[in-house]
Amino acid sequence: MDDLWYSEYHAKDVRFSIRVTRQLHWEKSDYQEISVFESPEFGRFLTLDGIMMLTERDEFIYHEMIVHPALAVSPDIRRVLVIGAGDGGVARELTKYPGIERIDVVEIDERVAAVCKEFLPQTACGFRDARVNLIFQDGLKFVRRTEQTYDLIIVDSTDPFGPGEVLFTREFYGNCRRALTERGILVNQHESPFYREDADAMTAAHRLIGQVFPESFVYQAHIPTYPSGHWLFGFASASLDPVADLRADEWNALNIPTRYYNTDLHRGAFALPTYVKELLRDG
Amino acid sequence: MDQTRAPLLEALEHMRGDRLVPFDVPGHKRGKGNPALMEFLGERCLSVDVNSMKPLDNLCHPTGVIREAEALAAEAFGAAHAFFMVGGTTSAVQAMILANVKSGEEIILPRNVHQSAIHALVLCGAVPVYIDPQADRRLGIALGMSVEEVRRTIAAHPSAKAILVNNPTYYGICSNLRAITRLAHESGLRVLADEAHGAHFYFGENLPVSAMAAGADLAAVSMHKSGGSLTQSSLLLCGPGVDADYVRQIINLTQTTSGSYLLLSSLDISRRNLALSGAEIFAKVERFAEYARGEINALGDYYAYSRELVNGDSVFDFDTTKLSVNTLGLGLAGIEVYDLLRDEYGIQIEFGDLGNILAYLSVGDKNKNIERLISALGEIRRVHRRAGRGLLESEYIRPVVERSPQAAFYAEKVSLPLAACIGQVSGEFVMCYPPGIPILAPGERVTAEIAEYIRYAREKGCLLTGPACMDASRLNVLKGD
Repeated sequence: MDDLWYSEYHAKDVRFSIRVTRQLHWEKSDYQEISVFESPEFGRFLTLDGIMMLTERDEFIYHEMIVHPALAVSPDIRRVLVIGAGDGGVARELTKYPGIERIDVVEIDERVAAVCKEFLPQTACGFRDARVNLIFQDGLKFVRRTEQTYDLIIVDSTDPFGPGEVLFTREFYGNCRRALTERGILVNQHESPFYREDADAMTAAHRLIGQVFPESFVYQAHIPTYPSGHWLFGFASASLDPVADLRADEWNALNIPTRYYNTDLHRGAFALPTYVKELLRDG
Repeated sequence: MDQTRAPLLEALEHMRGDRLVPFDVPGHKRGKGNPALMEFLGERCLSVDVNSMKPLDNLCHPTGVIREAEALAAEAFGAAHAFFMVGGTTSAVQAMILANVKSGEEIILPRNVHQSAIHALVLCGAVPVYIDPQADRRLGIALGMSVEEVRRTIAAHPSAKAILVNNPTYYGICSNLRAITRLAHESGLRVLADEAHGAHFYFGENLPVSAMAAGADLAAVSMHKSGGSLTQSSLLLCGPGVDADYVRQIINLTQTTSGSYLLLSSLDISRRNLALSGAEIFAKVERFAEYARGEINALGDYYAYSRELVNGDSVFDFDTTKLSVNTLGLGLAGIEVYDLLRDEYGIQIEFGDLGNILAYLSVGDKNKNIERLISALGEIRRVHRRAGRGLLESEYIRPVVERSPQAAFYAEKVSLPLAACIGQVSGEFVMCYPPGIPILAPGERVTAEIAEYIRYAREKGCLLTGPACMDASRLNVLKGD
């Protein structure tokens, strides 16, 4: 086998590499460059503008953690809006809940969904459920104009340096608040606390969410292929405390199959390292 | 002429290749003498920050590449002659006025002129004859000049030498420039156009008429706004009946002898770009503006206005590339929305006055940023809207001119607290910046209405410029008047 490696910069002076067997796809869409590779260790993986979005091997961690904590706090969620997530992974996790009635997935780039449907059925299978409506539009524009109200909004964005930039603004979070029900929850991909640039984006997002939502929390997961492996999510609402208000028995009674998430881990995920607490406090 | 050429750009590229040994100014010597500046602005930029020299011509007396570049600009703008200006459009407006009126002569102006025009009157001693622009009370903005009003004013001041017209105003409103030009020329007046916000009229389709096309004599054109050149670069255009050599002499009275080649080359490059792709560029800007207007009006309470204001006279035409939005329906002053956008949403717009905001759109904009602006306005409405009370309605205050600006500016003065100035004659300017249109000019009586307006603008957080007293809590008024 040729000695082919996919590398990306996790920080200016740090690179992360995976041996690849072949590149399955490359294209330049209206918004970004989309690639799919095949690798011995991580299986197939998707990159956008040279940044790893998901691998078949570890995507379950990210997708379970961006979905299940909110459902374990509010198992009665019926209507869900997902921004981004053109790979289908978030939709796949949501469709495990029989009680959910409507899942609107708003992805800006039609090509991401098309490429994932072709090369990444492991996540794209999430689009097959009849409750899922796939809408190709700018996320901010959709939220700003939507007449629907949602019990849960999940923001599965790219980093705040490309098309995902608008999903890290106060006007976006504010419009999300407007589109949520009284007990509604906003969960967002919240970057990482470790490398400087990611940490700056993380603290900025936390500050802006806090200006819009009375209660905002951050929780974590360990995702091997993301920079530093230590990744954060945001949990914001008008009045919910994700640990005190956890409805563990109700959630466990649903028997949702997961490999990473469980209700014990739920409590631990909100227990943050001291340096992260300091970043959030001082941000 | 070949509009794909850019003589100044070509000459600078050539000079860069020549690797001349510099024993002339500037003393940074292509940046090498100022490493911090080089680090900040870059080697490519500093290598062309040079002084005039044989192959690069001389701005004060152009005979080579600057002359060629100016000739190309003249052709592109449909003018008989074009001057490259490096002192902002302020310098172009002032040269235009100084070249046409002398001490004691009358010039007809709409009151909503830029401060630079009245500053020119302080310099030359000419006397302003103001035409009250019609005002839209709902929007709180001054409109254009009515043709009938211009006719009456010319008849009442038969010795006036020139008339100045905004084409368009900051908000995008145009007077009937063709009709005003015809009237003025019939009575022997020169027509001077302030096109600080109108460079795109020369290239876009379905936009209001440009000054040169309307037959005006001179036009001051801000290339650095819609034209895309560097800040402070501008054009002064002359029509066929103007003595361009005399205009050059006037320009040289106040223009630097070290004209920046960064600014000059940016004019040359931008002219080429506009001549080649201007129509396409401004069609795109207009699409952005149309989309944003529709979405902002759908939010409720905001009013993003456009061609529907056109009334055949004081609003003869509207510049649809402008995004002007009235905010009074929210119970918020424009300046308050301006501050919220910047402080809470990280969005910097062009200006906010008491009732309106102006977001400047250009070819450099992206869909996602337009979405951010619209969404932020939606959020401001949701979070900050209040029942509209206590907002001043109209912005236009008729000036009472007692002295020429020059006589008042140089007269003996005394400083009084604002409230005590009522009834006195002002010895200085008061402007809200932006837009930089005078509330009070030297020689005008301070009325109770004006004092209240200044107090209110201070309270709302407007930047008041002009008075010697920096916070405008006191004014210099004429002694013993």
